[in-house]
Amino acid sequence: MKHISLTIDGIEVITTPGRTILEAAAEAGIRIPTLCYDPRLEPYGSCRVCLVEVEGQGRGFLPACATPADEDMVVRTDTEKLRGIRRTIIELLLSDHPNDCMTCESAGNCELQDLAYEYGVRKPRFQGEQHHHEAIVDNPIIERDYNKCVLCGRCVRICREVQGVGVYDFANRGFEAVPGTPYNRPLTETPCEFCGQCVSTCPTGAIVSIPSKGKGRSWQVRKVRTTCAYCGCGCQIDLHVRDGRIVDVSSPLMVGPGEGNHCAKGRYGYGFVHHSDRLTTPLVRKEGELVPATWEEALGLVADRISKAVKEQGPDSVAFLASARCTNEENYLFQKLARAVVGTNNVDHCARL
Amino acid sequence: MTNSLEDLEQAACILVIGSNTTEAHPIVGLRIKKAVMKNDCKLIVAEPRRIRLCYYADQWIRQMPGTDVALLNGMMNVILSEGLADEEFIRERTEGFEEFKKIIEQYPPERATEICGVRPEEIRRAARTFASAPSAAIVYAMGITQHSHGVDNVISLANLAMLTGNVGKVGAGVNPLRGQNNVQGACDMGCLPNVFPGYQAVTDSQAREKFERAWGVERLPETPGLTLMEMTDAASRGEVEVLYIMGENPVISDPDVAHLKEALEGLNFLVVQDIFLTETAAYADVVLPAASFAEKEGTFTNTDRRVQRVRKAVEPPGEAREDSWIIAQVAARMGYNMGDISAPSVMEEIAGLTPSYAGISYRRLEELGELRWPCPSPDHPGTPILHVEKFTRGKGKFSPVEYRPPAEVPDDEYPLILTTGRVLLHYHTGSMTRRVQALHELDPENQVWVNPADAGRLGIQSGEEVGVESRRAAIKVRAKVTERVPKGIVFIPFHFGESPANALTNTALDPVAKIPELKVAAVRIIAGPDKDKLSFVRA
Amino acid sequence: MARIETPADLEQYRLQLREKFGKYQYAVSVCGGTGCRAYDCINVFETLREIIDKKDMSHTVNLRLTGCQGFCEMGPLMFIHKNGIFYVRISPEAVERIVESSILGDEVVEELLYKSPADGRRIVHQQEIPFYNKQRRFLLAMNRDIDPLNIDDYIAKGGYGSLAWALFESSSEEIIDIIERAGLRGRGGAGFPTGRKWRIARQAPSPDGIKYVICNADEGDPGAYMDRSLLEGNPHQVIEGMTIGAYAIGASEGYVYVRHEYPLAVHHLLEALDQAREKGLLGKNILGSGLDFDIKVSVGGGAFVCGEETGLIASIEGKRGMPRPRPPYPANYGLWGRPTNINNVETWQNVPLILQMGADEYAKIGTEKSKGTKIFSLVGKINNTGLVEVPMGITLREIVYEIGGGIPRGKAFKAVQTGGPSGGCIPAHLLDIPVDFERLQEVGSMMGSGGMIVMDENTCMVDIARYFMEFLTHESCGKCVPCRLGTKRMLEILTKICDGQGTNENLEALESLAADIKASSLCALGGTSPNPVLTTLRYFRDEYEEHIVNKRCPAGICQALITLRIDPDTCTGCGACLKICPVEAISGEKKQPHSIDPEVCIRCKLCISRCPKEAIYTE
Repeated sequence: MKHISLTIDGIEVITTPGRTILEAAAEAGIRIPTLCYDPRLEPYGSCRVCLVEVEGQGRGFLPACATPADEDMVVRTDTEKLRGIRRTIIELLLSDHPNDCMTCESAGNCELQDLAYEYGVRKPRFQGEQHHHEAIVDNPIIERDYNKCVLCGRCVRICREVQGVGVYDFANRGFEAVPGTPYNRPLTETPCEFCGQCVSTCPTGAIVSIPSKGKGRSWQVRKVRTTCAYCGCGCQIDLHVRDGRIVDVSSPLMVGPGEGNHCAKGRYGYGFVHHSDRLTTPLVRKEGELVPATWEEALGLVADRISKAVKEQGPDSVAFLASARCTNEENYLFQKLARAVVGTNNVDHCARL
Repeated sequence: MTNSLEDLEQAACILVIGSNTTEAHPIVGLRIKKAVMKNDCKLIVAEPRRIRLCYYADQWIRQMPGTDVALLNGMMNVILSEGLADEEFIRERTEGFEEFKKIIEQYPPERATEICGVRPEEIRRAARTFASAPSAAIVYAMGITQHSHGVDNVISLANLAMLTGNVGKVGAGVNPLRGQNNVQGACDMGCLPNVFPGYQAVTDSQAREKFERAWGVERLPETPGLTLMEMTDAASRGEVEVLYIMGENPVISDPDVAHLKEALEGLNFLVVQDIFLTETAAYADVVLPAASFAEKEGTFTNTDRRVQRVRKAVEPPGEAREDSWIIAQVAARMGYNMGDISAPSVMEEIAGLTPSYAGISYRRLEELGELRWPCPSPDHPGTPILHVEKFTRGKGKFSPVEYRPPAEVPDDEYPLILTTGRVLLHYHTGSMTRRVQALHELDPENQVWVNPADAGRLGIQSGEEVGVESRRAAIKVRAKVTERVPKGIVFIPFHFGESPANALTNTALDPVAKIPELKVAAVRIIAGPDKDKLSFVRA
Repeated sequence: MARIETPADLEQYRLQLREKFGKYQYAVSVCGGTGCRAYDCINVFETLREIIDKKDMSHTVNLRLTGCQGFCEMGPLMFIHKNGIFYVRISPEAVERIVESSILGDEVVEELLYKSPADGRRIVHQQEIPFYNKQRRFLLAMNRDIDPLNIDDYIAKGGYGSLAWALFESSSEEIIDIIERAGLRGRGGAGFPTGRKWRIARQAPSPDGIKYVICNADEGDPGAYMDRSLLEGNPHQVIEGMTIGAYAIGASEGYVYVRHEYPLAVHHLLEALDQAREKGLLGKNILGSGLDFDIKVSVGGGAFVCGEETGLIASIEGKRGMPRPRPPYPANYGLWGRPTNINNVETWQNVPLILQMGADEYAKIGTEKSKGTKIFSLVGKINNTGLVEVPMGITLREIVYEIGGGIPRGKAFKAVQTGGPSGGCIPAHLLDIPVDFERLQEVGSMMGSGGMIVMDENTCMVDIARYFMEFLTHESCGKCVPCRLGTKRMLEILTKICDGQGTNENLEALESLAADIKASSLCALGGTSPNPVLTTLRYFRDEYEEHIVNKRCPAGICQALITLRIDPDTCTGCGACLKICPVEAISGEKKQPHSIDPEVCIRCKLCISRCPKEAIYTE
């Protein structure tokens, strides 16, 4: 493949054709701030935070996320002028933002907050009309508070471009523009799949998951990378753990089969882990009733009854049903138990179901 | 899957048959949608129900349940008669073509139409689209396999792929979607009655000797054991006395629940090891509390053969323990020491005995995130696409398949065809998702989908409770009147224990794979006061 | 008439038509442009037709209801071809006299002639009227002479001759060369060289060979109606231009994107397309050349931002009309992802003209870098409101004072705003600059699509900036942050200043915001939106400071900052103001000077409009 070379902040960067300035810069370890960018989505160029200076190009400022890197381009990403523009954009956004980071679900995981922090914007120079939308809670999973919306369009785009569903679009124009469902119908009356992709891509607290609300800020949780336990796709997910409990799930971007995408089950189907119905002790049937027992008693009983059957009826009077839900290692040990310990090939699982 | 999930996006044409991908495998669904939306892939959906993928499809074929072989043979007939077959591929890479051709010649589209109900021009169009695409992938799931002729269906799909040269290349292949997180792994690990880990036959003495040596036992059993359905039958005959179930809930997932319950009750001793007191566990003599996926270390192998890590995030509740510990404890009490059962050590043992996993280790998985088998050595990068230069068996074999009707077809007494499946927000037997508050609220109860024409004839309104009865049992369920099912066909998801669809389904098995015919059963709907005369089954 | 199969057929047909039209003794054109329709020209036309019919003269009089003839101020307009008599402000009642005197005879009806405001002289011929005689009407001239609903009129005038020449006498490359040599630049705003644009689209690869040409007829500037009038008055010249463009770049399909507020333009265009197809001048195998090309009409909802080319494309594709970042430019990645060339109506109309005149002749018109003519809609505080077509390089002064006839009621000129709402306000001391793309930009404005709003001494420049900002805030699509929130905040600051609440810090914020919005907005709408503010700040900063520091509106416009007073020396106590005042703020004895209570007055200025003595003034 051909390569192109360009100069970014005085560094010569070699990249492949088709890469954007943003991607080329990232390859060279240069971080350009973004807000409306998500690698899963087509470039959009609405937030203008990633503007860079490109010598000899139009008005001189181009969005790094949407502009292809080109041979011999000379790009600057962090000039005084650019910092000024970015600061103005952040100020404009904060001038129509509730600024309630104290209670916001996304504090610590908010791209707007990070930008304000990085550019030192405490109080915007501009004051004016602010939106006062009612928060929309029309389903048990996704809450929308458009007062925090920065109109980056990521929810609109991920639902259309990645999910292929298109539940959201913008309504109205200019200052009145706001994302929403057709005729503002509840999500439950749209083709919404409750995948939570809109939540995952929202850079602020405008769209949040209801089940995890108030359960832990990003710095309070430990993230454990694992494989989803539902269908056979094998998506990689991060379990958010706080105080020994799973409080949320997210999908690492561009990792594993899902590449950061997830479905309703993978994203929201974790509640069973801490459900009160979980079995917490072995049970043994006594006088027709299953009653709690010790491990010692239960295991002893299992071993005895299997041994007895083997002795009396032969190994093939015992059968094992393994699990498509358990790990490889467990299934391996299980069939080993059947074959090596009991001496039967009566081992199967529900592959056919 | 012969090909990888990513690879699907490269397909110029995808035939989705017997898979409601966006609901049962949402993330695979995204790949298919992306192929259509971004890469102009032509999507053919062959499916009686109007599933979401139909909205993205170039062509939607509405074949009658259980008639896939006729449809596929009809398509292949068109491909042959119009000279659209990949002759070079057939010559170089396959055998048995002439015999196959003879059978296919007997299936002109008009004959196929009579069986599957798809108009000849639709069959021709699908055949042309599929055969003329530079690369065409086939995606299927349980809608293909859960039939008394499920193996025939799969062979037909393989025939179609070979006929058009769509094997062993990018954007092609025959791609079954595995319904459960580790169903691939369970198979790989030898949880099948006829094979050891890595599909090494138990009848192969060399394989047996290898495992005997490794496991330190004198003799391993030589004959294949019983399959799940055979176990049930054997149990009801008293031939199986003890059944040890780990993490399965057959009372919901298996056909003809009444028969199964009878079998479970007939057992001498039932052990169920699970995280909940499932419908099946309720029959157990001993219930062993296990750890959930979030409470243990290990690996899963996904549908495109990707081995990935499972990591412990939280402690199991109460005295619940990892399955591996429980298994080792049982073994120990029977006088067998399983040694170091930590997950990395077990994987080491697996790798030593399983050629396709030989190069897989926890060290590599930590580093790479994933490895796709076959991965025969520690320096092997894994295999995204199977059969690139040759098939596992050398040449691909065309096996001619004749259409056979489902074991049970509708008649005057049971005039409707029942087909079953999953819905978006629930999973399998529902033991997990139905305990998730938000998912439960969004989709709280079971529904039988009925076409407006049938509903009109039966006088049924949406939301009304009706009885659905097959020759085996009856269940009570709310009706959902929708054009998404065709006339004469009803659909019931199988997640709901209080109205278990699988109480109605047929135990007729595929003769080879022993898979039950869950996708076609004859039923009738009883509405109004008459339904109260039925005795309803609950799991 | 069947299809025209060859260029020779076309020529023959043209000769037949000329012969046919030559048989008429008389030809009369009544302006049917939107402006004249407002003056009920339809009634004039129908009356004329009835009279002609009654006299059984329909075979001797060729009557035409034409497109806009430009002099909207004076409508309804009528032009009698044989003697060149031009009547203005005709009422239906006057028609009978016109027929008797000027159509059947050669007499002139004096009082229906245009009267020069300078010397009261009546002017018989159009060309002698100052409004017309400084213009060079290459495009608009056709509007007077053809019935837009009759393709024969256009063909008889040589229409589709350029197309025939292009298809049979020239190659695609040559056409592009000619357009380049003629120096044609886009008339829609930025003035990008049309030939170069075509060349890029021609060279751009298409995944399936499909390319598009689009005519941007989404004219949205308040008060501007150049493209509307061209489309209404002469749709075939747009079709011909687009077809030539399609041939040049290799497009097989075209779209005209026109707003639904232009129903007459849509109607005329659709009719013209049908007629062109019927004649074989559009569709398959045009003129037997083998070229297949057809045009669809896409009617937009009237959002200003859909005039931006990527917004327009999104709208045609059925998406929300929002611009996207460029590159990729539509020439490479346009409609449905195919190479697409977009020009506006006026640009397309120039194409057949250039081929007809030849590149060199055309290039003689205008300045070194800006060639040809430009149409402006001259509105605001100007005597001769109307549509004017002038050679590039003409000065603003010539347009305002000679063509426009100066400012009404002898008021002083203050500024002229060019380039639509996001253009700039050019002050009096720059009136002598030549009108060309570069010069207008240098002074902080732009050519735009040709809006020209004249302002007099009674215009408050802060209020004007506020007005335009309000329009732009309303029309912002909301996609990018600087335009969505920046224009809103600028509007709020301007409103504050107009309300007398402004501070010096506001002025600083305004300037810095304007600069940042200009630099960072996604599309040209946002990027140029600060222009009215920037130019008024540049040329009329003292007015802002008056508002802020002295809380005064020098022009007496900003309601919060003015007081209405009655000059006791002029007031005759007639009581007219007292009767009209809606809040009873005026008191006074009959025949005695009245006075206004500033506490009660809401500064609606109704009294000013009523006072016969002009005794009421603002302070």
